[in-house]
Amino acid sequence: MPHRTAAAALVTTAALLTATGCSSSFGSDQKTAQDSDAKQHLTVLIASSGDAETKAVREAATAWAKQSGNTVTVDVAKDINQQLAQSFAGHKPPDAFYVNSDQFANYAKADSLYPYGDQVKDTDDFAAQLRTSFTYDGKLVCLPKDTSTLALAINSDLWKKAGLTAADYPTTWAQLKSVATKLTKGGVTGLVVNGEYARVGVFMKEAGGWITNGDQTKMTADSKQNTEALTYVRSLLKSGSMKYATQVDTNWGGEALGKGKAAMTIEGNWLAGGMQADYPKVKYAVVPLPAGPAGKGTLAFSQCWGVAEDSAHHKAAVDLIEHLTTRAQQVKNAAAFGVMPSRTSALAEYAAKNPAAKAWVDAGAYAQGPVTVAGFDKVLTQFNTDLAALAGTDPEKILADLQRNGEQALTKGD
Amino acid sequence: MPRQDTTPVTAGGAPSTAGRPGTPDAPGAAGPGATPRPKSAPRVGRRAEGRWGWLFVSPMVIVLGLFLVLPILMALWVSLLHWDGQSNPFNGQTEFVGLDNYRALLTQDGLDRTLFATALRNNLYYVLLTVPLQTILALALALIVNQRMLRGRSILRTAFFFPSVTSSIAVSTIFLFLFQGSGAVNTALSWVGVKGPNWFNDPRGVLSLLLGGLGLVDTGHPSGVLADHSFMGLSWFEWLSGPSVAMCTIILLAVWTTSGTFMLIFLAALQDIPRELEEAAAIEGVNRRQLLRHVTLPALRPVLFLVLTLGLIATWQVFDQVYVMSQGAPGNTTLTPAFLSYSSAFGDADYGQGAAIAFILLALILAMTALQRLALRERAPRFRRSR
Repeated sequence: MPHRTAAAALVTTAALLTATGCSSSFGSDQKTAQDSDAKQHLTVLIASSGDAETKAVREAATAWAKQSGNTVTVDVAKDINQQLAQSFAGHKPPDAFYVNSDQFANYAKADSLYPYGDQVKDTDDFAAQLRTSFTYDGKLVCLPKDTSTLALAINSDLWKKAGLTAADYPTTWAQLKSVATKLTKGGVTGLVVNGEYARVGVFMKEAGGWITNGDQTKMTADSKQNTEALTYVRSLLKSGSMKYATQVDTNWGGEALGKGKAAMTIEGNWLAGGMQADYPKVKYAVVPLPAGPAGKGTLAFSQCWGVAEDSAHHKAAVDLIEHLTTRAQQVKNAAAFGVMPSRTSALAEYAAKNPAAKAWVDAGAYAQGPVTVAGFDKVLTQFNTDLAALAGTDPEKILADLQRNGEQALTKGD
Repeated sequence: MPRQDTTPVTAGGAPSTAGRPGTPDAPGAAGPGATPRPKSAPRVGRRAEGRWGWLFVSPMVIVLGLFLVLPILMALWVSLLHWDGQSNPFNGQTEFVGLDNYRALLTQDGLDRTLFATALRNNLYYVLLTVPLQTILALALALIVNQRMLRGRSILRTAFFFPSVTSSIAVSTIFLFLFQGSGAVNTALSWVGVKGPNWFNDPRGVLSLLLGGLGLVDTGHPSGVLADHSFMGLSWFEWLSGPSVAMCTIILLAVWTTSGTFMLIFLAALQDIPRELEEAAAIEGVNRRQLLRHVTLPALRPVLFLVLTLGLIATWQVFDQVYVMSQGAPGNTTLTPAFLSYSSAFGDADYGQGAAIAFILLALILAMTALQRLALRERAPRFRRSR
């Protein structure tokens, strides 16, 4: 039926044209003109850990608004990665927002983030490894909003029951192995950690290796040090004195520690809040992670405060972020929802107020920041998948795969 | 719509089948096709009618075009780009890479292809198990609640249909609890002396477990032909290891939740079968099995096609259960193409690849449906309306 085909083609073309017309609002790729009004309206998108965090950020933003004469709306995201991606594509992003470290490089590479590091005076006060993580193309793109590091948390009762004292807190891999073996009996496993590189990676760091080189331009996954680290972890897993959290029916190390299924776990300072809320009666101690062949090592995590390149309020947004990351505000946030300050000066004050968190605070000195390379999400997800099967796989194969996948992603990212 | 399609078959096809059970329709049955159409409007009038027809359906055509056809074409375009989602993909500034996204998934050795092949394998096993199981279960349930003598029919119907109206997210969460290592299922199994696996954390394939149990293969260190040959970056052993224990749990969930819906469809079709047919069959002296085989099932054929097609499409697109329950874990054995498409788009900001996965999936579903249509076609071609 030729005329029908023609009619269908005509309608399709008409629809295409209409939509192309509409899609002009998809946005031209020109620079957004900056708003120079004295009173501007800013939108902020955060991925809140809970009501306490939302309230603290809202209060701080309102205080800034009052003082500067602007107005601010703080929205809480349900799935911040997806919401940001959509708003970037639509060229209507919020002015300031949290950026997860795993997405940072993707955004920075696409020029979605306005690099404002050079406009802030005292950036040196922020932890060096976090600044490295949030640097792209030699520019500090965004400021870390807070930080967390990993340390060894020990269930005090189980520790005592096994006949161990504070003098036995492990400081070397060999000691860790022996106490883990001693603590493992009945329903208790010596060491329980999440089966992911963000926990197991501490051993790589302690052995002197890491996934990438210092400035994240090369893969260093298949190094001898990394192999040594994974071989050690594998020996623990095989002996049964170490298990992954899912193997003992828990979602994370803190749950295993609280339920008494784990005598030790490796977690960050969020553990304090989690234990307080879910297992207030369980006593635990936090000590530095034992040192490996290359000395001490741990991992640091953070999110940063991004400013959208497409925002018309660059200046005001940077001003707001400076206000949200002052030393006083960081100390306040730490008290409100238990995060550690990313400023060295605030960290000292935090440590003085929270002696129990000393191990986490001290770990900042030798911590490794998160990997921030564009397109690395799937590489690291695959690494996590492989690590979950570490007990039955050759560490060298896992690392060789990581090396190969990472190199491919690095080439594609260029 | 289905009703219209059903009528000619039940009316035209069933009596002849009921009369001579088991024998295929005689070739002579094609006869009616030769008879001319009863009426044929003059050519000009039909053309005018066609125009009016187009005018009347134009609102729907425009809506469908704008919200369905157009986005599909846009996505097709995106699948040819290296688009990071941060700019306008239609202004020509985004890097055009041709078929590179497809190549990375299908021919180039690398993580993308391995993940995609794994996802395909997982989903294939998912489809192979879920579709037949849910169809058979749905048919059985429909036959049960269709019995006129059954007491409490409406209660049973409600009970069987209930899983389908419950939110899949809620059901998935409940299953997570049930199938924990120390959950209700394993506790129940322990009463009969069986030590259940840690369901959602068990990446071992059930086929390889079975073969390993029989001592045919060494599951820890596969060797020989199976390990040496590979296809799309996965060794034959990995292709053949079957759905993982975790995947089987998701299959169980899918069968349980969807069979209610399909039961309803079967039930509607069963009630559409004229009683006279059954009575005629009863006079012929057939037993219940023969009745099912030669009267009920042939009458259900169009509905069976509908149920199988819907099942096939839905199972190839499985996403929500995977998103809630496992996100691909353990060991990537619950990764599906739909979830992979989502994670490469929103996790890796590689929207071109995400779109490419979606289109390969579309092609796969179309091919499968065509194949199934071919397999389920009526044995002797009979006259049907040409449009």
